[in-house]
Amino acid sequence: MKRENRTLRVKLLIAACVMFGFGFALIPFYKTICEVAGLNNLLRADKGVSNSQIDTSRMVMVQFDANTRNLAWRFKPLQASVNVHPGQMVRVDYEVENTLDRAVTGQAIPSYTPMVAERHVQKLECFCFRQQTFAAHEKRVMPVVFTVDSDLPTEVPVFTLSYTFFEVAGTQK
Amino acid sequence: MSAVTPDAVHGHDHGHDGHDHDHHMPTGWRRWMTATNHKDIGTLYLFFSFIMFLTGGVLALTIRAELFQPGLQIVRPEFFNQLTTMHGLIMVFGAIMPAFVGFANWMIPLMIGAPDMAFARMNNWSFWLLPPAALLLVSSFFVPGGASAAGWTLYAPLSLQMGMGMDMTIFAVHIMGASSIMGAINIVVTILNMRAPGMTLMKMPMFAWTWLITAYLLIAVMPVLAGAVTMLLTDRHFGTSFFNAAGGGDPVLYQHVFWFFGHPEVYIMILPAFGIVSQIVPAFARKPLFGYASMVYATASIAILSFVVWAHHMFTTGMPAVTQIAFMYMTMLIAVPTGVKVFNWIATMWRGSMTFETPMLFAVGFIFVFTMGGFTGLMLAIAPADIQYQDTYFVVAHFHYVLVAGSLFALFAGTYYWIPKWTGHMYDEKLGKRHFWLSMISFNVTFFPMHFLGLAGMPRRIPDYNPFFTDFNQLATVGAFGFGLSQVFFFYIVLKCIKGGPKAADKPWDGAEGLEWTVPSPAPFHTFEVPPVFEAPAGHGH
Repeated sequence: MKRENRTLRVKLLIAACVMFGFGFALIPFYKTICEVAGLNNLLRADKGVSNSQIDTSRMVMVQFDANTRNLAWRFKPLQASVNVHPGQMVRVDYEVENTLDRAVTGQAIPSYTPMVAERHVQKLECFCFRQQTFAAHEKRVMPVVFTVDSDLPTEVPVFTLSYTFFEVAGTQK
Repeated sequence: MSAVTPDAVHGHDHGHDGHDHDHHMPTGWRRWMTATNHKDIGTLYLFFSFIMFLTGGVLALTIRAELFQPGLQIVRPEFFNQLTTMHGLIMVFGAIMPAFVGFANWMIPLMIGAPDMAFARMNNWSFWLLPPAALLLVSSFFVPGGASAAGWTLYAPLSLQMGMGMDMTIFAVHIMGASSIMGAINIVVTILNMRAPGMTLMKMPMFAWTWLITAYLLIAVMPVLAGAVTMLLTDRHFGTSFFNAAGGGDPVLYQHVFWFFGHPEVYIMILPAFGIVSQIVPAFARKPLFGYASMVYATASIAILSFVVWAHHMFTTGMPAVTQIAFMYMTMLIAVPTGVKVFNWIATMWRGSMTFETPMLFAVGFIFVFTMGGFTGLMLAIAPADIQYQDTYFVVAHFHYVLVAGSLFALFAGTYYWIPKWTGHMYDEKLGKRHFWLSMISFNVTFFPMHFLGLAGMPRRIPDYNPFFTDFNQLATVGAFGFGLSQVFFFYIVLKCIKGGPKAADKPWDGAEGLEWTVPSPAPFHTFEVPPVFEAPAGHGH
């Protein structure tokens, strides 16, 4: 009886440890699911521009916004907004300056208002696709290149593309 | 009925002597510090959970006092957030879960004819991990930055940003998780290996069945929670980016991992309650439980389904419609086994010779009010409608209907049902009934208006509100204070019963069945050292 109990306890403890590992395994699993389903790919280039047809029948206004969080960088778009036809290629430049006396690595995270716009923007190039390391007081101009899909709902004549730069944790030395 | 054991007679000479194989029984605080007896540990769990229940209750009443009027009167908004967070954590991990483990410790060995839990020292350890964890949680109010204010779900990114109170909470969750896992392992081993001869799995009391399934759920999901908060901790201090958007992590991922634990967790808090009610209803309807086998399968189906519904907590995070629909239907499927249970309880009562002593009042009250909570749960499961209800007081009303009127009322029912066995005295029936009606009425006065508040759009976890919500909020606050006072009254009834009262018979309820009623009242310190011979009660259908 005592031995049976102990064997069962060991089995259950192993099960608990496996489930602890399972919690961590959910992370790559989730990332794979998102990749396969094409969800949540904010930080990757979109695969080819699906629609090169330019829809000249309407104009969409895209507003640009730039923020930093707990990071002493100067970060601003060189134009506040653009008016484009859906399907038209747009390039916007952002000016980024590290005002600190040390090198800093930052990551920009995009966000869209209204949220529905995210699915209708095809990004070809963006500084947000990778972490950006800036030397002390370095200043750079970095581009974002994208098109707006012509299937963007007509009730969205204006949307805002906003970026926030965060300092990448663990890189400050 | 099962045979009376030789041990039951033997147990009459008082517990702490006459067992030469037993080491000298410590007295005073040492008895409790070094407790390895399942009854002592059960008592410790029950008192601990009651203290935490009152602590969480004080936090809740502070919240309700602040919400008595619109505007800010009593607390600052930051502190309000700490109150809602700590109220949730303390009630879930400090009050409800340990209370059920206390019941398991006290009753499962008695119900299955085992001399004690399988691992007595591990049992002691799983209890004594809890007070330090509780101390960590409560003392986090007094550190710079205060307690965690991210909600009991500890969602990222909030939980990545707070001060050391958050670290203390994470550590407390680790400790409480370890305690639950050890307790669960103990229960599984006890139930699987230590049943009296003749008690097959399908003849076990329902309470043992529901706890067996609950214990498996605990072993499966508590480690996942431990993993989730460990990832929070490394994101906070060691530069990882599991959930930290700045490093390429995803805050929504935290919600997925958390609710993978969180949804089974809500069944961990309700399945043992189903077990208690399934013991009590047949006893006071004087009929065997209707559909015993279907009860077992329903419990198991609920447990299995609980692993595939977690994303219904996240309908507003921007999931694809297909996923939302899948989770919506899986969630609604849970209504089927739950419905089986509710109908079985009603069928058990059907044409029974019912009497309504306090345990039965609470059990019937449970069925009535829990079912209402179940229905609001179904409403919340409808993905398109949930977008309207998400994060409103409707959700608050829903989960208090299932957690307070569900789990807590079942705990009260179980306390009144078994307290004659624990103390050897009958509780004061008149006061017990009064406690039931006070609790039932004040509970509904508190939480029923919250449905309307939620449907009208009042958001949860906000210290201020639009003045047109005032009336219902004042009603809820009045009810909440009434409910709080009723529980102080409950404590008085329990103390009175411990100190004295009419002597309880070995089997104080004439319709009750089970091995626990074959030992004397109060249950002697050692029971079933010689395993009893179990014969299934007549009419059990096996």
